[in-house]
Amino acid sequence: MKYSVVTFPGSNCDHDSYYIAAKRENKARLIWHKDTDLQDPDVVILPGGFSYGDYLRCGIIARFSPIIAEVVKFANRGGLVLGICNGFQILTESGLLPGALLMNRDLKFICQHQYIISCNTETPFTSSLTPGEVIDIPIAHKEGNYYINSEGLNQLHEHDQIIFRYCDKTGQINDAANPNGSIDNIAGIINKAGNVLGMMPHPERNAEDFSGSEDGAKVFSSLEKFFSRCS
Amino acid sequence: MKAHVYVTLKPSVLDPQGKTVMHSLHSLGYDKISDIRVSKFIEITYTGDDRREFENELENICSRVLANPNIEVYHYEIIESDQKDEI
Repeated sequence: MKYSVVTFPGSNCDHDSYYIAAKRENKARLIWHKDTDLQDPDVVILPGGFSYGDYLRCGIIARFSPIIAEVVKFANRGGLVLGICNGFQILTESGLLPGALLMNRDLKFICQHQYIISCNTETPFTSSLTPGEVIDIPIAHKEGNYYINSEGLNQLHEHDQIIFRYCDKTGQINDAANPNGSIDNIAGIINKAGNVLGMMPHPERNAEDFSGSEDGAKVFSSLEKFFSRCS
Repeated sequence: MKAHVYVTLKPSVLDPQGKTVMHSLHSLGYDKISDIRVSKFIEITYTGDDRREFENELENICSRVLANPNIEVYHYEIIESDQKDEI
């Protein structure tokens, strides 16, 4: 399958995403944010980093990059888009996902291993996981405090759009296991159509055995499974 | 002409920066302060001379770029060049 990874000025996880996609024997391309051709991918990755220095609001300047207009068209045609960390922020700013990412409640940049629980595994991004499976995926952000108003939150629950929630090792979802103050411990959501996923944790950072946990690989193997079924 | 734009988190959205500043002020003895909200102030200089056109553009700029309607509200004031700029 084919991945296109978008590089913005200030992206710093683009090469990690590219590396892991290529290592898993996929075709992978890096696409510059000023380009207007996604090069016919199966999956677009908006990677982590600090696009445009996080000026004004994280993701807002990147949202007006020429390539984002193409990403929006691609997503509206049903194409799969994975936004990781800053990519998640770009997806909310561009309106492809609801809600917003605020500053962490303790104002600190948090960089740590983090347990998250899989809430909906019937998506192209999570089919290699089992419902309720707890996985260890690192987080590294200062603005990861997911916020949505109560009406929006009800909608997310109603349409099963909450994909990952922060939890402890045993899968308990509580405030002590919430690293950043996200509403309902939300770590990742999908759009209503089920083809655009945004998540703060970084699956591309621990998809190989040297990184202490290979749990991130499950997101990539889900996508590979989805496309092997399609072809 | 200039515009002074203020972008503020909605009252329903928690402002951890404001809370931290407030706690700091309390520890300095300013104990009558009951709340602090930290906002953004943006100054825009405009080369056109049509105030109405500037206002229309400002509305657009604020709602599209400067403020995120999910979490923030904005307001602005336009300062004519012959007015004394107090900031």
